[in-house]
Amino acid sequence: MSRLSPGAVVRVREDYPPGHIRTPIYLRGKQGVVERHFGAFGNPETLAYNLPGPKKDLYKVRFRAADLWPDYQGSPKDTVEADLYDHWLEASA
Amino acid sequence: MSDHHHHDHDHDHGHHHAPPQPDDKVHSYHQILSIALKELLIEKGVVTAAEVRHFIEKRDSITPANGAKVVARAWVDSAFRERLLADGNAAAAELGFPITGTKLVAVENTQDTHNVVVCTLCSCYPRDLLGLPPAWYKSRAYRARVVREPRAVLREFGTELPGDVAVRVHDSTADIRFLVVPQRPQGTQNLDEDALAALVTRDSMIGVARLEEGAH
Amino acid sequence: MRSPQDIGGLPEGPIDAADHALNFWEKQADGLRAAVGSKGLMSSHESRRAIESLGHDAMERLTYYERWTAALSMQMVSRGVLTQDEIDVKVAQVRQRLAETGELELRPGEQEKLP
Repeated sequence: MSRLSPGAVVRVREDYPPGHIRTPIYLRGKQGVVERHFGAFGNPETLAYNLPGPKKDLYKVRFRAADLWPDYQGSPKDTVEADLYDHWLEASA
Repeated sequence: MSDHHHHDHDHDHGHHHAPPQPDDKVHSYHQILSIALKELLIEKGVVTAAEVRHFIEKRDSITPANGAKVVARAWVDSAFRERLLADGNAAAAELGFPITGTKLVAVENTQDTHNVVVCTLCSCYPRDLLGLPPAWYKSRAYRARVVREPRAVLREFGTELPGDVAVRVHDSTADIRFLVVPQRPQGTQNLDEDALAALVTRDSMIGVARLEEGAH
Repeated sequence: MRSPQDIGGLPEGPIDAADHALNFWEKQADGLRAAVGSKGLMSSHESRRAIESLGHDAMERLTYYERWTAALSMQMVSRGVLTQDEIDVKVAQVRQRLAETGELELRPGEQEKLP
């Protein structure tokens, strides 16, 4: 059972650690909605160093483009989706 | 930012302002390094020349036509379409296109939604289905801009999206690879599956183009 | 801290949609990388990390397959498959050989990168 279900409102952690991170900077601290759960995948943050580690749940998270870019030119319905690992997502109100 | 240095020196596109380089000349340190690595790895028995050749041939054998066959089948066979949307790897494998190591997710364009794919962190692309990505897909300009101004980027590819169609940009940040299933063009009811597949372009499966009515 | 390859949303100019076929050496580099990967000696994660380590100007300094090649070289050293000395000696040999057969036509600025 995954921690988050489709429809869950989440916020991406606003952290900036060094290392091999697959959570793009432009999404850090942003709020989105879980679109689907892909299953558990190897964590790139350890695999990049050829180290073992527990798998992490991977989610597709949908963000409103207007929430990402204050000057967004386009439809309010436009979205950006990214695949993010569980430990980068915090449940949000 | 007024610094356009990137664009003048964006070697990602290769040397597109100069004639193509002849294959029989070696122009850079890294080219020598590549030859040296290959020879060392073969001498040490880490890989064989036949294996390297095998992977080159395998790469050459995968072209956007493979993805086009998947799309055309989804257009004509609604049960296949359902399977494709549920499990891209299994559906592609049905047509003889195995995808290993990554998960293929098909996203379907509709009247209301247009999908476009990018990798802002590197150049993730459904290589096992579409082959190698075009140079522009790997460029700084595409990767940086399409998440921020997708409509302007699509316009540069000649694709004008109506304001009431929502754009959905997929940033391939992890183990997922995305295939856009473009909308079937109008006026193609009489075409068979092969003829439909011939209409499907690489760019439409990345999502920077739509297949227009009456095209071709 | 922003990784050099984490560029989503940064200001950039027009997209050059011109395509080009890969050169022979680029295909060789792609095949070599795939062959090494098939031996479990370089995952895509390790390759990406190595490319990120090339720094913020790698996109301007190096072409796509030059970055891949640099990553493969570093990876082979860090996995203990090859030593840097072995690589440097082989590079010098290959260069010598190519110079003798007339296949070497280094671009400006490449000469000084050679060991």
